Amino acid sequence: MSSLPYDSPRLLALGDGAWTVEFARHIDPAVHGRVMALDALVDDARRHDPAFSGVADTVPTFRSLTVYFRPESDPLALGERLLALAQTAEATTLTGRHWLLPACFDADFAPDLAAVAERHGMTPAAVIERLCQTAFRVYMIGFMPGFPYMGGLPASLHTPRLSTPRKLVPARSIAIAGEMCAVYPWQSPGGWNLLGQTPLDLFVAGDEPPALLASGDCVRWQAVDRAEYTRIERALTTGDLQRRHFLSGEPA
Amino acid sequence: MSGWLDVVDGGLGNAIQDAGRHGYRHMGVAVSGFLDPLFAACANALVGNAGDAAAIELRGLGPSLKVRQGPLRVALTGALSASILRHGGSRQVLEAWHSATLESGDILKCGPVDGGTAYLAVSGGIEVAPQLGSRATYQRAAIGGIDGRLLASGDALPCRRLARNEYREYRAEPWQHAEGPIRLIPGPQVDHFADGELERLLAAVYRVTRDSDRMGMRLDGPALTHRSPAHADIVSDAVTPGTLQVPGNGLPILLLADCQTVGGYPKIATVIRADLPRLAQCRTGDELRFAAVDLPGALALQRRETERLARWKNGIGSYLPAGYLDETALYTCNLIDGMVRAEPPIRD
Repeated sequence: MSSLPYDSPRLLALGDGAWTVEFARHIDPAVHGRVMALDALVDDARRHDPAFSGVADTVPTFRSLTVYFRPESDPLALGERLLALAQTAEATTLTGRHWLLPACFDADFAPDLAAVAERHGMTPAAVIERLCQTAFRVYMIGFMPGFPYMGGLPASLHTPRLSTPRKLVPARSIAIAGEMCAVYPWQSPGGWNLLGQTPLDLFVAGDEPPALLASGDCVRWQAVDRAEYTRIERALTTGDLQRRHFLSGEPA
Repeated sequence: MSGWLDVVDGGLGNAIQDAGRHGYRHMGVAVSGFLDPLFAACANALVGNAGDAAAIELRGLGPSLKVRQGPLRVALTGALSASILRHGGSRQVLEAWHSATLESGDILKCGPVDGGTAYLAVSGGIEVAPQLGSRATYQRAAIGGIDGRLLASGDALPCRRLARNEYREYRAEPWQHAEGPIRLIPGPQVDHFADGELERLLAAVYRVTRDSDRMGMRLDGPALTHRSPAHADIVSDAVTPGTLQVPGNGLPILLLADCQTVGGYPKIATVIRADLPRLAQCRTGDELRFAAVDLPGALALQRRETERLARWKNGIGSYLPAGYLDETALYTCNLIDGMVRAEPPIRD
């Protein structure tokens, strides 16, 4: 399969309720940049272009943007306009938010840290250091509400999934698999390697917006000890601290 | 005026749903909502609600509900019936596609759903607080409905009291879903399959397996061949209810209302909106055939279903229920003979 972007984006019907505009078949920050550029263009068009008035939601992914529309809209006109917009969507630097999120790498939060370190011939401390030096790009939210697929993991840390998935991954576990990093919003089954835990909830239905992260955001991890982890966790619970506190300015 | 229903017994597999949670898919939140929006719209119409009012979706053993504050009007659609235990001690049967008026203290005991998906609508809709713009229960994220879970004994369901008991009920012919093959639009990843595999899908018969829930149905039938083993995986992208995704073993999975928002298997086709309600009425072992349509064809079929629903609603008739005091008769007819109508209900 080709790992080159298409010469021009493809407009694909996802049934009679959505269009998918596909820019490529592979994972690439430049491709995702075009996806996010198109998402911004669609967002803008929803405000002034009648062809976009029936749009109900957009889902940016690694390599495509899916645009869902309501039954009473005119999907043929929308598809035509969408493809025209896609051709003008140029990758720009990400305009998403920057986060500096606390992460605790204590042994009981990080059952796979030792094995990952050993696999790559590093000390656990070196793995943590490399993780914390990485600016992760949130490509997509999916799998479960608030679950971020984050790219940018250094090649020296690329790790396959566990051969046997765990029946229970604790909520807020920071995990890696392949070239991706993610956080489990809820306790759930999962096959990714668990390296730590964040005290922040990834999805809170009562918050606006409910999902902490969005496609296009940039995430860095900041190592905190157990006492700091507990302090942050408690302050978030009591409301003394808000999740937005961990937004950071653009890194120098 | 607020009414209340107390859940005496939650039954099995029953939850509050509505037209779904739209606008949150980019956060990974499933659409959820009625598996069969047409049956749900019919139940709502029989109690005078808008079609998208929240109702109880029944998929197993129906619940038992006691009216704390009435009168309320309820209606059932689907393959089940219920019995009404009046607070006075008498007992009546509520058949599907009929309404009944319940007074405070009455108990509605729903039976088992004989396959597929059924609905219990209540006047005013189930007025639990919406979450993320919808009352639809989404168990995976524990949102909507009541704490995002199935009905359980002890739950209290807010609804709306009737201004007064009109002593009239409503009924209609059972809704008939379209017949013939399930219509779908090929793609988006039809090019991940070997030549002729789409035609094979359209010529084959698939069976609904036991491995089916609100997230999707696994189908059994001819395994479909990907263009190459590498074509059995894609970089995950968006899916939607109706998507027919095909993992490496070649057996299609048909996604339904609670499906994830993204998936990593190639999608050979997606069922059109007009035919999604039909999938809700499938039972284990049912045979499915598929036919391809284009987008204009799908839109025409959707319009036809909308028109059919409007005609069905026009066919709703009201009648005087058996056993109720007929006030008109009481005041105009022979008092002794006309006081109680015990004959079967009649259409106006």
